[in-house]
Amino acid sequence: MSKTETKKENALPTVKIYIMGSAHEVPESLTIMKAMEYAGFKIKRGAGCRAGFCGACGTVYRKAGDYRLYAALACQTQVEDGMVLTQLPFIPAPKGIYDIDTLQPTESSILRYYPEVARCLSCNACSKVCPQDIQVMDFVQYSLQGQIDKAAEVSFDCVQCGLCAIRCPAEIPQYHVGMLARRLHGKYNTSTPETLLERVEEIENGTFEQGFEELLSLSKDGLKKRYTERDFVDQKKA
Amino acid sequence: MKMIKGYPEDMRKSIDKVNKTRNKRIDQIIEDLSLEERKEVLDNFHPDYNPKYKRDISWGVNKGDNVPNEVADVIESYPMVNPDDIDLNQIDYDVNILIIGAGGAGTSAALWANYSGVPKEEILLVTKLRLGDCNTVMAQGGIQAADRPVDSPLIHYMDAIGGGHFENKPKLVKALVSDGPKIIKWHKDLGVMYDCTEDGSFIENPGGGTSRNRMHCSKDYTGLEMFRTLKDEIINKEVPYLEFSPAVELITDETGGIAGAVLYNIETKQYFVVRAKTTILSTGGFGRLHVAGFPTSNHYGATMDGVVMAYRAGAKLRDLDATQFHPTGAAFPEQIVGLLITEKTRSLGGQVLGRNGEQICYPLEPRDVEASSIIKCCAATDNYIETPTQMRGVWLDSPLIEEIKGKGTILKNLSAMYRMMNRFDIDITEDPILVYPTLHYQNGGVELDENCYTSLKGLLAAGEISGGVHGKNRLMGNSLLEINVFGRRAGITAANEYKKKSTAGKLTLAHVHKSIKSLDALNLKDKRYSPTILPEYRSDNVRDRLVQLYETSL
Repeated sequence: MSKTETKKENALPTVKIYIMGSAHEVPESLTIMKAMEYAGFKIKRGAGCRAGFCGACGTVYRKAGDYRLYAALACQTQVEDGMVLTQLPFIPAPKGIYDIDTLQPTESSILRYYPEVARCLSCNACSKVCPQDIQVMDFVQYSLQGQIDKAAEVSFDCVQCGLCAIRCPAEIPQYHVGMLARRLHGKYNTSTPETLLERVEEIENGTFEQGFEELLSLSKDGLKKRYTERDFVDQKKA
Repeated sequence: MKMIKGYPEDMRKSIDKVNKTRNKRIDQIIEDLSLEERKEVLDNFHPDYNPKYKRDISWGVNKGDNVPNEVADVIESYPMVNPDDIDLNQIDYDVNILIIGAGGAGTSAALWANYSGVPKEEILLVTKLRLGDCNTVMAQGGIQAADRPVDSPLIHYMDAIGGGHFENKPKLVKALVSDGPKIIKWHKDLGVMYDCTEDGSFIENPGGGTSRNRMHCSKDYTGLEMFRTLKDEIINKEVPYLEFSPAVELITDETGGIAGAVLYNIETKQYFVVRAKTTILSTGGFGRLHVAGFPTSNHYGATMDGVVMAYRAGAKLRDLDATQFHPTGAAFPEQIVGLLITEKTRSLGGQVLGRNGEQICYPLEPRDVEASSIIKCCAATDNYIETPTQMRGVWLDSPLIEEIKGKGTILKNLSAMYRMMNRFDIDITEDPILVYPTLHYQNGGVELDENCYTSLKGLLAAGEISGGVHGKNRLMGNSLLEINVFGRRAGITAANEYKKKSTAGKLTLAHVHKSIKSLDALNLKDKRYSPTILPEYRSDNVRDRLVQLYETSL
């Protein structure tokens, strides 16, 4: 059977993409990740959760007739005709090593581990490259100014793909900076609810042991009865 | 095909009905099912209850257990490495604690072993892909913990055991719910950002089958926020870890106890021998086996490797007959079919609707019941919506959330969902999401006790690989809790073993030889190999032309 005949049989509309320069004809409905697999790549690095949460599949590409360099998560982006792409599955940007218990939620903690933030040129290349559309430069600036709460909030949706760090002319590992800011904020700027501490104490004091003893002694029918009769205090029921 | 704001024109007619009926539905509450009604919909529509998707395990400790065909396929596979090729005399890593799988459970175990006095050099954490390529980072909706005055661990216990059809192992459920508040406290001390109200108390939502609001969350990035903090901490503690190095076989000693594992570097194709006094299995679940042909919400490496390795060594399994299909996987657009649409969408008020915009079931049933109700609607009625690629689904009415909780609620609380659908031009604040159940979770696995001991000496388990915690069906928010509770307990148990000062015995792969003999006796028609390591998604026309080269060539 000739190649042309095979094509007719699978009449899926296709596009031509260039994976690291090599041309491949792939169905137009695929994501970049599935298109690479369709083309024959068994991915080892460059695929993780396959759902937009893990940052393993950061990909950069150009489109035909367009000078811009685009960035995306391969698992979350549909192929386009003429796309020239490569994955960046690893970013050489070591993380600071710190003991969170000894730090304070201030810019001095950030600068101690990531002094490069002081070199930020405000070029905003990081925000432009972010596949999550995070205002990366803003959280770097907030960190530098000691507004840890804002840095934490703005950086929150980061999946740590690291594309920002590769693009940065000041060589800042922004995604690590955001991580430190969030931990400082979560640990020091928000209180631990009293009700949580009281419940932990109750459990440690054995407050519920007798209740458990009774539940563990119930037969399956006994449990079923108890389950069916349990009350719902927060949800409206018909 | 004309597209209007992300949806094809002919799906728009049904969306119009959803949008028009919204105001009428705001206060409408559909009755939830009784235990008898739950049974009926499960029996008729849940894949677990359909014999055509299942068969009995044909060899080993759990011979005769009825499990999904895909699970039986893996268990009835030959070892992917020839045990005679492995030189056990050359030990590459000699440690006290080997932790296989660096997701939420494995990472918690490593941290707690270290907190409990085991020096970092005595711990080795190994993982198939990168540190944190796991289902934990994909968990969206939340983590349960009974910390409000109107709630208690006893109420949490009842919810979990009822959701699991009263088949859970009671002592495991007790451990799960009792440690919940402690885990949240630990996370808070590490700096995990849980969503809070302005007065500083936690925002806590309901989940399917919970009788109290106890779902703590970090927007819809709960697992990501939790795991990236644990990852940050494990790097700070400088616990050694190996990436792209899955275990492919456990190693036993002369008593049959577990004494380490054979690792395989998937990039260099070398094997490495690890000797360890305690081995913790935390390799996660089986979503990538695509049980019953379903798409999955799971990460790339979820191939049940740990279960089959433990089974060859003689570990007892349980509850593997039960598979969790999450009620709401994306059914459109095609690029993201099967990806998770968080249950939090329903926790916040989203309703499940048929094609004319009427509710088809109570939105917060336990997952197996909710999924079965949706399958029923798509298989036994004509009240479904069909996509251009003939996929059937029902509507999840996300814009209703903005009506109930106010404008801006979705961007603030469901930013991952908003972002994912927006990438395909769908605005979930204005239009509903098309959903159908997706393969989500391995309910059963390696049997363990409340201190994470398995039936084999030297082997502990924690997380999705284990069986017993959730019975036949897990509730939302109990897996993020489980990985922390049992990861922590496994780490502490391993630390106690460390203090006992005994050492691992003589290394052998006798159990692998024995497994091969058992498999030979089955005269299997198809010869398969496992662990699977990674699923195969290359196209047929590529696979038809694959050739095996000698190692010294390319």
